[in-house]
Amino acid sequence: MANLASDFVGIKSPNPFWLASAPPSDKEYNVRRAFEAGWGGVVWKTLGEEGPPVVNVNGPRYGAIFGADRRLLGLNNIELITDRPLQQNLREIKAVKRDYPDRAVVVSLMVPCEEHAWKAILPVVEETGADGIELNFGCPHGMSERGMGAAVGQVPEYIEMVTRWCKQNTRMPVIVKLTPNITDIRQPALAAQNGGADAVSLINTINSITSVNLDLFAPEPTIDGKGAHGGYCGPAVKPIALNMVAEIARNPETAALPISGIGGVTTWRDAAEFMALGAGNVQVCTAAMTYGFKVVQEMISGLSQWMDEKGLDSTSQITRRAVPNCSDWQHLNLNYIAKAKISQDDCIKCGRCYAACEDTSHQAIAMSEDRTFTVKDEECVACNLCVNVCPVEGCITMEPMAAGTTDPRTGKPVEPEYANWTTHPNNPGRVDAAE
Amino acid sequence: MTEKAYAAGIQSGRLPQTDYAANFTDLHPALDAHEAAVAADRCYFCHDAPCMTACPSDIDVPLFIRQIATGTPEAAAKTIFEQNILGGMCARVCPTETLCEEVCVREVAEGKPVEIGRLQRYATDTLMARGVHPFTRAKATGKRVAVVGAGPAGLSCAHRLAMKGHDVVTYDARPKPGGLNEYGIASYKAPEGFAQAEVDWLMKVGGITVENGKALGRDITLDGLKGDFDAVFLGLGLGGVNALSLEGEDKDGIADAVDFIADLRQASDLSALPIGRDVVVIGGGMTAVDAAVQAKLLGALNVTLVYRRGRDRMNASVFEQDLAASKGVRIVTHAVPVAVKGNGAVREVVFDYVDEAMQPTGAQLTLPADQVFRAIGQTLVGDGLPDLEGRKIAVTGAGRTSIAGVWAGGDCAAGGDDLTVTAVAEGRDAAEDIHTALSR
Repeated sequence: MANLASDFVGIKSPNPFWLASAPPSDKEYNVRRAFEAGWGGVVWKTLGEEGPPVVNVNGPRYGAIFGADRRLLGLNNIELITDRPLQQNLREIKAVKRDYPDRAVVVSLMVPCEEHAWKAILPVVEETGADGIELNFGCPHGMSERGMGAAVGQVPEYIEMVTRWCKQNTRMPVIVKLTPNITDIRQPALAAQNGGADAVSLINTINSITSVNLDLFAPEPTIDGKGAHGGYCGPAVKPIALNMVAEIARNPETAALPISGIGGVTTWRDAAEFMALGAGNVQVCTAAMTYGFKVVQEMISGLSQWMDEKGLDSTSQITRRAVPNCSDWQHLNLNYIAKAKISQDDCIKCGRCYAACEDTSHQAIAMSEDRTFTVKDEECVACNLCVNVCPVEGCITMEPMAAGTTDPRTGKPVEPEYANWTTHPNNPGRVDAAE
Repeated sequence: MTEKAYAAGIQSGRLPQTDYAANFTDLHPALDAHEAAVAADRCYFCHDAPCMTACPSDIDVPLFIRQIATGTPEAAAKTIFEQNILGGMCARVCPTETLCEEVCVREVAEGKPVEIGRLQRYATDTLMARGVHPFTRAKATGKRVAVVGAGPAGLSCAHRLAMKGHDVVTYDARPKPGGLNEYGIASYKAPEGFAQAEVDWLMKVGGITVENGKALGRDITLDGLKGDFDAVFLGLGLGGVNALSLEGEDKDGIADAVDFIADLRQASDLSALPIGRDVVVIGGGMTAVDAAVQAKLLGALNVTLVYRRGRDRMNASVFEQDLAASKGVRIVTHAVPVAVKGNGAVREVVFDYVDEAMQPTGAQLTLPADQVFRAIGQTLVGDGLPDLEGRKIAVTGAGRTSIAGVWAGGDCAAGGDDLTVTAVAEGRDAAEDIHTALSR
């Protein structure tokens, strides 16, 4: 069994699965249960400054969207940072860390954008024995209306400034949690790096309205007839999160910046994908909130099995493994030509590929009287839509054409050489290869 | 267990009182909203879906299932009723395993089809429970149409004609409308008075008058109807029952399965309905299975269904055969009755085992029997009917008979399977054709 031990910016944990800062890590009771279930670490739910704690709404604070059989695909929340007294949280953090020295305990923080506020909280957190801090620059609701959370994360200069304050005032590693509610994730990541951050973690939740109640004509979740946008997370946000992680990992300026991957991690496979695109570890929330802490056991066994199959003996070997293959459109090989192929043995004759291709794509699938579906190679552009709508996994495949054969669609031979848009004759800005 | 459980002869009250309700409850319980959502989600929304093609009434199955999946079962019901106004009954009695569900791509792929029948019931039940009727009549045409038979074909025809603005008078020989829906199918397929409730709901469209207790040839004549109405639709079903043609067939305890089924459907207290201890049902169709299963459910100790050919030739679907077996009915094949024995009342029936060519093999089977049900087919009865094809009314196109102005559909008409859904489709199509003819 592969060794899943993880070392993220010097913070050690028995596996790379941490609970993200969120309701599951709000108090000692939950965190102890999480550690007993096998989680490698937690990021304690965000602490605010000393004083009367924040208050939460007393109506619904979550909303969800569902797939088949009410499978939860996306979760939206309007919960704020911890609404429990600072001292109580600190006491509990200390007790947990004392009892679980092998697990990572990172504390999420969010205080006003003033140096004295950060200077005040850092020592008391340090005193708990916590392994590190995570700066919550991401929460897009509530706290952002008060100049914190995403309000900071959306201004790179603030990120850099606050990060620097923290680095100057604590020995603990500083992880900066980024909001996805920006245009270019590379800017806040770079700002964090410039401020001295040890790592970034992303993504925090995405601004969202889950749904609209069509009787009340009010956004959901609805509090006394009104709704406010919340933060969206869960499996539905994973593709957005993966791209943002990859953007930072690919950027030469931030390529060395460690990343804690967050956003819809639900299975071991999701974790492996985040790590392959640059994450050193992953943080999980929605999967735990949907299924309970036990899900980590599947993540552990699955990642371990896969690593064994791949001959990987350290999780660090996963990190960035796919980054070199993450490219830009302009560098994709335009001489690569594939054609869809339908396995008649696997086809169940539902005709979805035909409807999709005929109505919305390239009219490249033929349907016979007896419902046999075949690809018209002379029309197929290999768009993959048929693969995506086919209910049978593996029934339709994209088969590359061998160099030298003739593409029946264009009548031209498949070129063996790689050639991309930058040198394509149709590109007005092309750069001709040197003679 | 009651003291009558093992008593010989035809006796009522063989079971404890509570068993009757349990035995005759819904064969396929209704889906609840969540179950329906999950079942609907399995539908792939196939292009030019095979289930639609397989449905004799051409219901747009993928569309109605998608309407269920998106939380509008009422719209789903309307999609169904537009093609099949008796979609509620068809959802209960259709042999879906040989129609839509047999060709469902998920049946082909996984051996587990989308539950089309139960989803159809979910949709139609939802709309019907609202007590509203989804269709309104067109402007009155002043035309009058007579419909003979208030079974599935006649009701479907009458409803479509009424929608088109015609006035319809429906005649039926029985005391209640519904035809085989009311009198001819197993109780557990449409419990709780569904057949009458459906007729009442259907009638809400308006413009349909039902005259019960009026039999063609006895109370009304085709010539008379032709004179009084602008068009006539014959949906009179098959009123006769084939005989076994055996000596001793008139002994006590021998009856037609259709009468047994009708009596059972009309019984207000099943514990008062007598049933034999050793019951033999002769035949291989749905009626035979319905009779055999219900005999067992009434408490008969031994029920044997005897069919002259192999199981593969039985008109009862594999599902029905399995249902019978699961209820404890013994199915004997390749056996032909040759003698009925007994002194006054039947005591036993003797069968010859036959080969595939129906020739006696020399082997015999003797079954003790205190009750025997004939279920070897029904026949059209009536004088002065249009020309026949074989033993049924010949039709061309959408139910046109040899007599101008007279249409026919359902079991009495040649062609098509003798299924409720087929009768509904034929009645609907004849109504459209009548409407076209009357609009000229």
